[in-house]
Amino acid sequence: MNEWNNDTVVEVFPAMWEGFIVVLQVTLVAGLIAVLLGLLVAIAERIGPPWVRRVVSGVFQFIRNTPLLVQVLFVWTATSLYINPEWSAFAVGSAVLGVHYASYTSESYRAGIEAIPVGQWEAATALSLPTHRVWGAIVLPQLLRRSSAAVANWIIAMFKEVPTLFVIGVLEMIAQAQKYQGQHYDGAVEGYTIAGILFLAASYPVAVAARRLENRLAKSHY
Amino acid sequence: MDFREVVDSLPRYAEPLLVTIQVTLASAALALVVAFALGLMTSSRHLAVRTPARVFVEFFRGSSVVVQLFWFAFAMPVVLGIQFDYAIVAGIIALGLNYGAYCSEVVRGAIAAVPKGQFEASLAMNFTPFQRMRLVVLPQAWPEMIPSLCAFAIMLLKASALVSLISVTDLTAMAGLVGGRDGGVNQLPHYALILVLYFILAWLIWTGMRALERRAKRGIGIDAKPEKGRLTPAVAQKGMT
Repeated sequence: MNEWNNDTVVEVFPAMWEGFIVVLQVTLVAGLIAVLLGLLVAIAERIGPPWVRRVVSGVFQFIRNTPLLVQVLFVWTATSLYINPEWSAFAVGSAVLGVHYASYTSESYRAGIEAIPVGQWEAATALSLPTHRVWGAIVLPQLLRRSSAAVANWIIAMFKEVPTLFVIGVLEMIAQAQKYQGQHYDGAVEGYTIAGILFLAASYPVAVAARRLENRLAKSHY
Repeated sequence: MDFREVVDSLPRYAEPLLVTIQVTLASAALALVVAFALGLMTSSRHLAVRTPARVFVEFFRGSSVVVQLFWFAFAMPVVLGIQFDYAIVAGIIALGLNYGAYCSEVVRGAIAAVPKGQFEASLAMNFTPFQRMRLVVLPQAWPEMIPSLCAFAIMLLKASALVSLISVTDLTAMAGLVGGRDGGVNQLPHYALILVLYFILAWLIWTGMRALERRAKRGIGIDAKPEKGRLTPAVAQKGMT
């Protein structure tokens, strides 16, 4: 077993930083998917025809209650064996992560929709507004405001789950540490420690900001 | 895809299924203990008690569970000189501490939500702080915690798949192993199979927790809300970041 070595810390850091950038890129792509798809799912579960509602809510319940790791492995196997082996691990991994978290954000959006007072819906009906106006002008502005903090929390949680993607070869921090270990026969210990610290340094300020946002929204809007 | 082959290899999943259940139950038990300890500490009036607990909680919630798992399994033996005989122990400890930190926020929130009058009444009755917690506050806070704890228990089950990465043979590792034969041409149905198994386990946790919640609420004279028939962890949100 290797000893802790301060020189190794300096040597392994650039690789870990590269991994960290990849984590941020994945977070951006998967975050966009989670934010948009989650909203679509919540809307579909509200106004879709009954069979659409049943299928969408069944599928997303399944996604929500099974491990991300196995989903990643499943989809990666499916794409590389049966669909297109050319697709990159980055693209497939980000997509799976995004869809997985869409299953969570959709629940936050759903709660946001349910929290909109019944009077708002009734007023919209009384004015016989068309559906796209009801959603665009009345429901969405209130919904986005109500659920933004909750969705932000899920994105932070997602950011911390990006390292799972190393199993399919996305070069994030765990993979970088192992790669370095493979070439130099040491550095994994320092690498994992740096990874932990980078996560902490990045996610803590964002989490504090999200909590502030949550408190402010809670005070201002109800 | 050859589904006969999957059916034939079903018996090989028996032991890994037990490993997954074992990891989930053991780390859930650890998480519950940690959650109550930290939750009570962070509810304390004294700064000297609150601060270390807060630091611990923020530390574990701030970084990634995957990284923590690797750190406990591979880096801690070197850095701290503590080595576990089995990788599974490192896995249980990493998951238990991480989820314990998250759940401590649930415990803290539920304690804070008990009406102030209850504290005052128990003060007026001259209860000791311990009696106040045990007889007045916790019996009322506990039913409020269960839905969130249920959500976290399901997340913990899902996270237990990660121990396959530190060479513990759970369901996920076995699917990779059995499906990987013959160059992995028959890999997909094996992953599909364990996805279904995980879903069934999640459903069992959810059903069990619903029953527990109804019982706990009856214990303090509240009728539980009607069953919503929906596996949803949205309630986990409160302690999520």
